[in-house]
Amino acid sequence: MSVLVFVENIEGVFKKSAHEVVSYAKAIANTINQPLVALSIGDVKDENLKGLSKYGANRILTANSDKLKSFVNQAYASIIEAAARQENSSIVVLSNSFSGKGLAPRLAAKLVAGLANGVVELPTIEGSILRVKKTAFSGKAFAVTELNSAVKVIALNANAFELRESPVDAEIVAFENQPSPDDFTTVVKEIIRATDKVSLPEAEIVVSGGRGLKGPENWGIIEELAEALGAATACSKPVSDAGWRPHAEHVGQTGIAVSPNLYIAIGISGAIQHLAGISSSKTIVVINKDPEAPFFKVADYGIVGDAFEIVPKITAAVRSYKNG
Amino acid sequence: MIFPIFRTLEAKDKKVRFFSQRQKITSSIIGSSGESIYYLNAAIMKILVCISHVPDTTSKITFSEDKTSFNNTGIQFIINPYDEIALARAIELAEGGKGTVTVINIGEVSTEPTIRKALATGADDAVRVNAAPRDAWFVAKQIANYANGKQFDLILTGRESIDYNGVQVAGFLGEFLNIPSISIAKKIDIHEKTALVEREIEGGKEIISSPLPLVVGTAEGVAEPRIPNMRGIMSARTKPLEVIEAIEVETLTKIVQYESPAPRGAVTLIDAAEPEKLIELLHTKARVI
Repeated sequence: MSVLVFVENIEGVFKKSAHEVVSYAKAIANTINQPLVALSIGDVKDENLKGLSKYGANRILTANSDKLKSFVNQAYASIIEAAARQENSSIVVLSNSFSGKGLAPRLAAKLVAGLANGVVELPTIEGSILRVKKTAFSGKAFAVTELNSAVKVIALNANAFELRESPVDAEIVAFENQPSPDDFTTVVKEIIRATDKVSLPEAEIVVSGGRGLKGPENWGIIEELAEALGAATACSKPVSDAGWRPHAEHVGQTGIAVSPNLYIAIGISGAIQHLAGISSSKTIVVINKDPEAPFFKVADYGIVGDAFEIVPKITAAVRSYKNG
Repeated sequence: MIFPIFRTLEAKDKKVRFFSQRQKITSSIIGSSGESIYYLNAAIMKILVCISHVPDTTSKITFSEDKTSFNNTGIQFIINPYDEIALARAIELAEGGKGTVTVINIGEVSTEPTIRKALATGADDAVRVNAAPRDAWFVAKQIANYANGKQFDLILTGRESIDYNGVQVAGFLGEFLNIPSISIAKKIDIHEKTALVEREIEGGKEIISSPLPLVVGTAEGVAEPRIPNMRGIMSARTKPLEVIEAIEVETLTKIVQYESPAPRGAVTLIDAAEPEKLIELLHTKARVI
């Protein structure tokens, strides 16, 4: 018996969300007194694999081949299924990243496993019954889901669980696998990734702009504050619809859901569809010249005033705080 | 007997049956005029669009006293916004006789107005599996059971429904039908029998090529949702809506309780003249920087 955690790498590196998922899976493994097996797929150096034992992985399986270098959900799902069967895993955990979202249902179908994704907390486990809280209604509520299948699959949201070091000795073992050629029917032609920017779904701090900024030419104040804070930039739906900012920055019910520690909303009124995308933010700061803006009702901190005057001053204050 | 190849003309005004090259060609009396119409078009793409019936985006979400069920009194129900995107793309791909669009919904009779809206938008026909949608597994099993053997070239779903946010149906369908799936696509193009799809990833996108048949979960950017015109609304009334019974499916998940997010405290307002105070509070009180 074991808990299996699939750990996703981005170009051979494990990011913070990968270590969060290991920490989370370790906490579950401890609760049910089972070892934690970590599985990595793709080209990852031994020193990075070894790092997984810092977060409690007792065994580290690595599956690699030329074909596995890029993500193919069918092939990855077959390999994880094989590992789960080999390790007799009753619970399989993975990150609810974009790849995780495509992978989890295929994996769950192969294992005939109940699947809970968008999970935000540790589960409660009583015998074979597992209950876990996940987001629902696009961030307006939570749903506690019960999984009563023999094997369960959980996909954890980024930034929902803290890193917990729990170092153990672990060996790295090559996981021999032979996914069928049918599993590789889709082919990745090109990957276009902005590596210099902080990715929005995983960002810890987000600076977001709305129509109150009047036009794309005014976005400098947003970008400078984001740079000073090491934050990702985001926008409201009307802004991306107008083409001022790329679709990838649109946060809201039909855009990205973010769960940062700090969300700074500048010139955004706070329509329900936008709030749905940010409800998991720990601290919300709203800057808007309209004191009646609905956003102030959910803000932790607010400044009523002209963003064009206020934001540069905040950026200056951040810079002196960081340098001082 | 050799059948000539026809371009479809005003196909949506008549009840016509499309025969793909793979199917056995049989004669049939179609339509009230008693005319037999044969179309042999190898390029016709059969598209299935899976739609769900969800509470409107601006609805205030409330639950029963004991928080075990969603309170749907007075709630307006709509086609899931992501499914509208899927439907719009399907209609674009099928336009001009290039294909057919079938919509499927798992729901009780109350979902029929939502299904008719999809027909009004431009789908050719619809299927309702008569059952309440228990969970994504149940829904995907019903769809797979319907789709099995019907040789759809492309199956589109919205990436997730705005009520349960599962992002599960596309992946489940791929497994159940043993075909590839791409769960969150920003762009879908089809050339002959190959799809070129842009999959969303953190900080960017991947361009993937896949043979058909394929399941794709559509996200923003794939197409602009269409608004039905008067002609569409009129024709929706007579377009076929088949009701079929659900198959038995095991229950793997169940929602046992809902929770509303913890209410936030009142906002702490900071004087516009002293924005530096904000940094102090974010550091000392909120501890986020």
